[in-house]
Amino acid sequence: MHELAITASIVELVAEAARGRPVRRVTLEIGKLSGVVPDAIAFCFPEIARGTPAETARLDIKEISGRALCETCGSEFPLVDLLVRCPCGSIRFRPIAGEELNLRSIELEEVS
Amino acid sequence: MCATCGCEGDGKTMLFNLQTRQSGEIASVADTHAHEHVHADGTWHSHPRDHAHDHDHYPVRPSGEIDIQARVLAKNDALAAQNRAWFAGREILALNLVSAPGAGKTTLLERTIAAMVGDTPLFVIEGDQATSNDGERIRAAGAPAVQVNTGSGCHLDAEMVRRGLAELRPPPGAVVLIENVGNLVCPALFDLGEHAKVTIFSVTEGEDKPLKYPHMFRASELVLLNKIDLLPHLDFDVATARANVACVNPDSTIIEISALIGEGLPDWLQWIRARAAAAREFAAP
Repeated sequence: MHELAITASIVELVAEAARGRPVRRVTLEIGKLSGVVPDAIAFCFPEIARGTPAETARLDIKEISGRALCETCGSEFPLVDLLVRCPCGSIRFRPIAGEELNLRSIELEEVS
Repeated sequence: MCATCGCEGDGKTMLFNLQTRQSGEIASVADTHAHEHVHADGTWHSHPRDHAHDHDHYPVRPSGEIDIQARVLAKNDALAAQNRAWFAGREILALNLVSAPGAGKTTLLERTIAAMVGDTPLFVIEGDQATSNDGERIRAAGAPAVQVNTGSGCHLDAEMVRRGLAELRPPPGAVVLIENVGNLVCPALFDLGEHAKVTIFSVTEGEDKPLKYPHMFRASELVLLNKIDLLPHLDFDVATARANVACVNPDSTIIEISALIGEGLPDWLQWIRARAAAAREFAAP
């Protein structure tokens, strides 16, 4: 389950930015085609965050839908999974959204 | 609790050098704080292990919000970029071999080493959750190897490869074959700095494997359809399997092989040699 290693990276980024100050909220962006399961991240987070500034933080996960740019006809279309075709019939496309795996922001408990 | 897998105690990532018989622990990318320190914004620091961080890398808004906008895998990707530059500077070709467990990666490596050992310096980084069995097989086949045991971790990351390279020290012009942990999901996400991913897809797995694991097949430049010696005994349609690969990755190359009996291996060896020549040409001034 790579979500555990990924959650550890998230907690480390949060701790680095928080520099010891308690964190109230952590906001992530996870694309629906990122290969990462948001529920698994949410499941791992409290355990990994224990003993870090993110220990009591609320985790907000914003899921981002997939979109692709067709390399044949140039149009954009929704990418629900990697097995779809462009409405023009082409299977040559480039995902332009939905692969995100980002730490968007954190909120500190108290502003010093 | 171990940060990689959540287990108690012995889920640590260990590295074993098959030549020197020395082993050591590898800190994961997630919890490495020693020495070089990469921030998500790309900033580099040199740090002692226990350092106080006395500067904000991100502005704090009056609301207490800190806008970070960092890719979670940025550190792995930065280390992968370092590995890539290290390979390029030494004209080394690095391939990341991925597959489901039991698809035949290690047998393929043994055959590849036996066929190329006379003319190409081959080095192998072996990834498995546990045991050095595969590393021993590679060593016996004639190539220097390091075994990385990921504990309960399900993939190799760029730091593990960096540490493996530090042990192996492949010379300029070498070929480094990285055998990833048998898993078609997680290794797709972790760039190791390799030139290409090669998926080994065995005919015992069913024609629809590419459709079930599209991320991995999409990320692979080459698909080796292995164990074709078993085709007479199986209900497996090669044309359907090829169409399924093409459906998720129309640009990938497919080579049919049997690592066991050697069928198709010359095409695979030729592919490696062409890529190794390209890696040398790319690096030329």
